[in-house]
Amino acid sequence: MPPLLADNAPTLSGSKGQPALVVNQLTKHFGGRSAFSEVTFDVAHGEVFGFLGPNGAGKTTAVRTLGTLIAPTSGSAIVAGIPLTPENGVEIRQRIAIMPEAPGLYLRLTVTENLEYFASLYGLPHAASRISDALEAVNLADRAGDLCGGLSKGLRQRVGLARTLLSNPAIMFLDEPTSGLDPVASREVHELILGLRQKGVTIFLTTHRLAEAEKLCDRVAILNTTLRIIGRPEDLRAQLFTTALVIRTRVALRAPDQIFTRIPAVESWRSDEPGSYVLSVSDPKIAAPEVARVLVGAGADVLAIGEAQHSLEDVYLELVADDVEASRE
Amino acid sequence: MMRLDSGRIRAVVRKEMRDYRRRRAIVVSMLVLPLLFLVEPVVTLFVSLKSQSASHLDQFVVLPLLYLLLIPVIMPGTLAAYTVAGEREQGTLEPLLTTPVRRQEIIAGKAVAIMIPTVALAYTVFGLFLAAVALFARAPVAAAVFRQGPTLLALFLFAPLLAGWAIVVGLAVSVRANEVRVAQQLGTLASLPIVGVVGLLALNVIHPTFTAAALFGVGLLAIDARALRIVARMFDRERLVTGTKAARYRLTARAATLGD
Ligand SMILES: Nc1ncnc2c1ncn2[C@@H]1O[C@H](COP(=O)(O)OP(=O)(O)OP(=O)(O)O)[C@@H](O)[C@H]1O
Ligand SMILES: [Mg+2]
Repeated sequence: MPPLLADNAPTLSGSKGQPALVVNQLTKHFGGRSAFSEVTFDVAHGEVFGFLGPNGAGKTTAVRTLGTLIAPTSGSAIVAGIPLTPENGVEIRQRIAIMPEAPGLYLRLTVTENLEYFASLYGLPHAASRISDALEAVNLADRAGDLCGGLSKGLRQRVGLARTLLSNPAIMFLDEPTSGLDPVASREVHELILGLRQKGVTIFLTTHRLAEAEKLCDRVAILNTTLRIIGRPEDLRAQLFTTALVIRTRVALRAPDQIFTRIPAVESWRSDEPGSYVLSVSDPKIAAPEVARVLVGAGADVLAIGEAQHSLEDVYLELVADDVEASRE
Repeated sequence: MMRLDSGRIRAVVRKEMRDYRRRRAIVVSMLVLPLLFLVEPVVTLFVSLKSQSASHLDQFVVLPLLYLLLIPVIMPGTLAAYTVAGEREQGTLEPLLTTPVRRQEIIAGKAVAIMIPTVALAYTVFGLFLAAVALFARAPVAAAVFRQGPTLLALFLFAPLLAGWAIVVGLAVSVRANEVRVAQQLGTLASLPIVGVVGLLALNVIHPTFTAAALFGVGLLAIDARALRIVARMFDRERLVTGTKAARYRLTARAATLGD
């Protein structure tokens, strides 16, 4: 009996080295309006790739296009080693699995009956053992006989995940897998995805939750009709923000400008509230001790000196806010 | 040449029939509809023909028998309306379309899943009706009915053909409609041509001769087969998912949609 998910080996796809997904200048227009435009990126085998963007950014349309449900207007893609063309639709769909925004289960069928249906649509051998493995993977083995209509939203989402696991796909597309879930259910889904990541499953995950992307993804792309930026979460942060020191003092400094402009390592400074200062520096490791000495010398009561942490959220807001401003012009 | 996978078609059939069986509205309407269309033949054969002289009976029993053919025409409407529009409404169509299944396989599976209960029920009703005639109708009436061998044969042969017509029309409507209710209402239009034919027979405008029946049968079979292909082509993934028809795909000059 083949294991459901071989460790570190998405099985169906072709040669090593070739990315699981290659997208080149892909564009989709609906009439005159573009859902996404000239999008280019690669996803490596075993990577969890986050596709991040606000509502209407084109995430779902991109998933549907790569999943051969809708035809691109222009551009090209190679999905699981197969060029995205109309003739290859069946073959591509055989190798991938998609969980749409809503899991779309047959509510009058049981969990097992839903999975049986999909197992036979994929033509899977050993369906029974695959189904029980998939249910085991999402901790639903004890609900196998329940009608899907009687399951909570979180459980339905897990059935949807089990369904995408069935065929051991070369790429799993998960379209906002935690939308509408409560924090506990979301965390369970996150843990499932992290488990899959550990097993080397290639996952294309769309979300507008930044923390989620940061927690789950090896790399993220931020989309807002066009691709704004792409990279590892930590690199994006470094790329977008100058490093900074955050300083808090017990009482506001009397002459901060005199103090900070005296320090060569400080490029600029600002104060958002009394007793709190943000200094732009090129290397915090050199600047921090120096700033501490000067402040103590000036008689300030220093409460904290630390490196500013920019979350992916800052990156995202920075980019999306730029877009909003651009569109106002 | 594209090969359809019988395993996938069977999977669609099995799932559809399971789903139908668990919908009370469908089960009830499948059981009640045939009863409605039994009223006319029952009244005619058991009540109106009481006083007819035996010599004229033959010409009076044919029409009520043909009337039974409305049963397989009326029944598929409810199922067909559900089958695509219903899946769309409940959000199960998109996941289905993400699987390797071809659209022809979906359409074939759904058509078969409607054909099986329709024909099974129609044959059961025909059988029960004839049994009732044999047991309870006046002897001359029963004798007259069972002298109509060709008509009785036509009843059983035409049932699947007429059901086929109703199924393809119902599917076509279901593929295009956004709502089950609309699909159901438009789907009843499928029965109009058949009601028309029965009407013309009743008014003696056309006569149920063997040649006419044979021509009608062959024509119907051809139309059913052709229409099924048209429906499969109407089943456009992009339109079903997004509500808009697939734009021309520039990468290849050949196909307009990511079909199959
Ligand atoms: N069928 C359609 N017809 C016309 N425009 C469409 C259609 N589907 C999507 N769009 C447009 O394409 C853009 C992208 O939509 P899409 O659903 O892909 O966004 P999304 O990133 O998934 O958003 P969300 O976070 O809300 O799910 C939107 O502007 C939307 O209005
Ligand atoms: Mg979306």
